[in-house]
Amino acid sequence: MRLKITSLLATAALALSACGSSTDECLDATGQGGALAAAEAAAAAEACVPGTVADFVDNVGDRVFFDFDKSAVRADGLDTLQRQAAWLNTYGNYVVTINGHCDKRGTVEYNLALGERRANAAKEKLVAFGVDPARIKVVSYGKNHPIVEQDGSEWAYQQNRVAITVLD
Amino acid sequence: MLKKCVFTFLALLSLTLGAAAELRIDVTEGTFKPVPIAITPFDGGGDPALAKVAEDITQVVRNDLESCGLFKVVDPNAHIQSARDVMTHPRFPDWKILNAEALVGGLLKRNGSNFQVDFRLFDVFTESQLTGLSLGTEPENWRRVAHKIADEIYERITGDKGYFDTRIVYVAVSNPDSATNVKYRLAIMDQDGENHQYLSSGNTDVGTPRVSPCGTKVAYVDYGLHKKDLPSLRVFDLNSGRSESIGTVDGQRMSPRFSPNGDHIILSSSKGGATSLYKMDLGSKKLERLTSSTAAIDVSPCYNPEGTQLVYCSDRGGKPQIYVKPAGGGEGSRISFGQGAYYTPVWSPRGDLIAFTRQNGGTFYIGVMRPDGSGERMIDSGYLVEGPTWSPNGREVLYVCQDSSRGKKGLCSIDIVGFNKRKLNIPDQAHEVTW
Repeated sequence: MRLKITSLLATAALALSACGSSTDECLDATGQGGALAAAEAAAAAEACVPGTVADFVDNVGDRVFFDFDKSAVRADGLDTLQRQAAWLNTYGNYVVTINGHCDKRGTVEYNLALGERRANAAKEKLVAFGVDPARIKVVSYGKNHPIVEQDGSEWAYQQNRVAITVLD
Repeated sequence: MLKKCVFTFLALLSLTLGAAAELRIDVTEGTFKPVPIAITPFDGGGDPALAKVAEDITQVVRNDLESCGLFKVVDPNAHIQSARDVMTHPRFPDWKILNAEALVGGLLKRNGSNFQVDFRLFDVFTESQLTGLSLGTEPENWRRVAHKIADEIYERITGDKGYFDTRIVYVAVSNPDSATNVKYRLAIMDQDGENHQYLSSGNTDVGTPRVSPCGTKVAYVDYGLHKKDLPSLRVFDLNSGRSESIGTVDGQRMSPRFSPNGDHIILSSSKGGATSLYKMDLGSKKLERLTSSTAAIDVSPCYNPEGTQLVYCSDRGGKPQIYVKPAGGGEGSRISFGQGAYYTPVWSPRGDLIAFTRQNGGTFYIGVMRPDGSGERMIDSGYLVEGPTWSPNGREVLYVCQDSSRGKKGLCSIDIVGFNKRKLNIPDQAHEVTW
């Protein structure tokens, strides 16, 4: 099992590095992995097609994380949003919805408002980086729709304090 | 508050007995001893079908009175007189020996296709009748008749309105912690958990339900298809079983709450990172903005019973706190000053207290304070306790409760003095609740 994971990671790294150049190289790269299941290979292949949803999610990064009870975009989030804006400015055919989420340590109603504020904070940065605001919708799910299983772990809390940019 | 009328008739029964200073309890102190009450098994008059109804009614009356924490039901095995005898010639000295302070008897009889229950409540020490009623109804309403009887006993002894013949609306949730199959449904049940019924299918998510003052409508938010639709504000009519959209959505609207006279709702709407309070006329659907910060979250608005003031949660000072403002306009003043954050304020139907959720460190609290912020005290705490709603008489609060991160999200109620915490029996888990 350990061997498989190592080879999968190596393949992903290859795929990523190859992506910028051409799809063919990507397919070659996944072929070299050997241990990848067919579906994973297909997904990895798609991630290498520039301008696709998979390309955006895997290579640009669709999510921006926040600190507890905060909606200020952190430095790491700013990098992600800068990449998102550059991508969206390249592929002008997409409109997006930014979904705001919160961890479960809060009340339903305030978290709905906080999720909206987080999603809006991400939107404002995208607009500042040149994306037309008319292309961006904002929806909050508060603590109602976890992104990962809320098992009470610190990691799960962190994963659920997020604004996710979804290509429509 | 949810109530509806089913009774064909209701009459006062009287029995001439001596009058004296009567049984009365006053529950304003922290320590309180429940009143021992003997509820004799109601008599079906020799009719087998009525005997079963009589037994069921007796059980519900006992459950109601014991569940509220103000009464202690005297062991029926110790009873020394039948209900039929109690109705006509209660032997008070014998009941005194059992330490019963209150005594109840009841008789059922047929009345065409309906039935009639006569019941009497006695004060054992003064040897007097406190109340007596005759209630008639269709057989399928036996449970509501039982709640009515419990309400009458409760009111006669405590001086407060009973709340047993009421219903609760809540958001039922399946798999709340799951990332893939969480499901929200609007549900309704009697206050004791009976007659549970789902009002929505779960195809779309729903949230923040509130019942209208007359108890026939529920305002709520339908979030639409997950990741497809924008939320819409809707009103569910409990009589017709139908739901209709009110107004269009511009920004994320939530927490609708009816005004005391029911002609408009107040709500929150989020746009551009700020959440403000609005008022929507239910006739014209015209929206009027009530708070105007461009950065703050103002959420969870609730009127006082007179409709002259609003209480709400705002983080305009940094952390979420509770504010009160005049309904006619003007600035809000902060009333919460303890450590941590305060959320979901709700004004008691009596007007004297505001219940809220407080979070400090890793602990949640349900608390109450007076509308000027004084007299704050916590009445429950835990891993998660949130979103209080008042019993119609302002005596209890009901809220969502969870013991641990992996624990089930249930519904708990507690007396405002902080005793008699109970967990309701519900088929799934609970996300939000309104009484």
